[in-house]
Amino acid sequence: MKHSMTRREVTATGAALIGSLALGGTHGAHAEIKSGDNPEASEIWHKVRVSLFENRPIANVGDDTLVLDAPVRAEDAAVVPIAMRARLPHTAASYVAKLYLIIDNNPSPISAIFAFTPQSGRADVETRVRVDEYTFVRAIAETSDGRLLMRTRFVKASGGCSAPPGKDPQAALAALGKIRMRVDGDVVLGKPTLVQLMISHPNDSGMVMDQLTRQFTPRWFVRTVNVSYGGQSVLSADLDFSISENPNLRFYFVPHSPGRLSVEVVDSNQTAWKSSLDVAPSA
Amino acid sequence: MSSTLHRLAGALLLGVLLHTAAAAQAGADPDPAPLAVTEVAPGVYMHAGVVEDWLPANGGDIANLGFIVGSRCVAVIDTGGTPQLGLRWRAAIERTTRLPICFVIDTHAHPDHVLGNAAFAGPNTQFVASAKFNAAMSAREPYFLRALARDFGISLAHETMVYPTLAVDGTREFDLGDRVLVAQSWPTAHTDNDLTVYDRSTRTLFASDLLFVQHIPVVDGSLRGWLRALPQLARVDAALVVPGHGPTRRGGPDAWKPQQEYLETLLRETRAALKSHQTLSQAVDSVGVQAASRWQLAERFHRRNVTAAFAELEWED
Repeated sequence: MKHSMTRREVTATGAALIGSLALGGTHGAHAEIKSGDNPEASEIWHKVRVSLFENRPIANVGDDTLVLDAPVRAEDAAVVPIAMRARLPHTAASYVAKLYLIIDNNPSPISAIFAFTPQSGRADVETRVRVDEYTFVRAIAETSDGRLLMRTRFVKASGGCSAPPGKDPQAALAALGKIRMRVDGDVVLGKPTLVQLMISHPNDSGMVMDQLTRQFTPRWFVRTVNVSYGGQSVLSADLDFSISENPNLRFYFVPHSPGRLSVEVVDSNQTAWKSSLDVAPSA
Repeated sequence: MSSTLHRLAGALLLGVLLHTAAAAQAGADPDPAPLAVTEVAPGVYMHAGVVEDWLPANGGDIANLGFIVGSRCVAVIDTGGTPQLGLRWRAAIERTTRLPICFVIDTHAHPDHVLGNAAFAGPNTQFVASAKFNAAMSAREPYFLRALARDFGISLAHETMVYPTLAVDGTREFDLGDRVLVAQSWPTAHTDNDLTVYDRSTRTLFASDLLFVQHIPVVDGSLRGWLRALPQLARVDAALVVPGHGPTRRGGPDAWKPQQEYLETLLRETRAALKSHQTLSQAVDSVGVQAASRWQLAERFHRRNVTAAFAELEWED
């Protein structure tokens, strides 16, 4: 774990990446990418790779180790479902400690970093992201003993009138900060249990220019989500504005006794919201 | 030559240069082929786009466009899916009437309807849209311009984009001389900035993308909002309805029924998928498949509609 970056470092890296992309005028370069033939040729990926992992080796793995579910084409650029599912054993001695989600051609490629614990039961998370450009999407698993494993998928941009911004900004604001958390299926002692977490938030990329003032709207997005069960962490997520409006996460935890599932959400304005759910597993 | 004439000649030359520069920037043919036009009611004209996706193969010519001629001037309803189409559309209008274009009405911020705006920019032409148009358009402009560059090979500068200055919030009338048009903005439906145009003298309703015919409806606003708007739209006293895509329909409830059935099925089956705790990916594969099969371009837009419906409806109580 000594290689892992802290949240602060990652955020700083994300800001630096945004800066370099904006300065580089990469819109033209993005327009060139139309095929998924060569994931290693992605220049942005090399920058991200160095910033997150320096020169540590990253092994390309198959579905037996790490699954990355992503559609071939982004149907709705604002809401693209993505799942990362590690298939390695998840025990106290050896588990997948982190899953990184990288979307090469998004304005901020480091889209999410999920940290797991043995109490997570599985390193398996689903969410939804914005994807406008033809892009490689990467899932990278970091094991508790420091190995890096990667799956890559190519996602085609949506065509025509689909775009990443929200469909009805006014409606999005009306429900700000509402949290819904649900446990799916039978909850059994000691078994991984699926949680669905929904957060009402515009998750605004801040890349919209006001035509009159020529100013960009400020970024405003959910930055961290921390979930614990019975006081022990089961998921902590560093998120970015690549995540769709109304961030939606599906993940697992293992209940070893009746307890309370608690979530704390903090956004880029440092506003925090909390919610909890009492869970009574059967034997 | 007097200095006044010098200045005048200079101004004229500058005007020519600017015009040429603008044409060159849009990659324009100096003598663009006029788009085909049909007079659908006295003084009411439309150009029928093809029922296809916004693609280079069709030159982006997919949206229905309209213009209405009064005794004083002309109102244009939507400008086409590329700057080139805008120029061809303008050529078609100028071949039909010598009256000036006083209003260009943008029905909503989608590229196939408004990327021809630049062809109509001028000191005597006012651009009209829903009060929410500019916010939606400025949020989407970078993506539309990138799609135009990526898919069509057309590079269009931000500076040449034309943003409307006359906002409609509710209804607003536009006098063309002996002819009054009523523009009406709608609560979020197809998009959050839909605008319809009604010509009182011929009872023609330009519904734009609040009505799809043959082309599968596309949800980019609110499914529930659209369904709420439909009864009111069907009640408009229209002899003729011009949809945003597909052939015209005689006014009255029948014009709206196929679209309503599809949207209602989408609503019902998405709610059922949510109730049975399906994920978004599962719902996209199962919801409304049969209802969608009756429409053209279902393969292109139905899964997207389910995605949008799912994200909207999952917050219902």
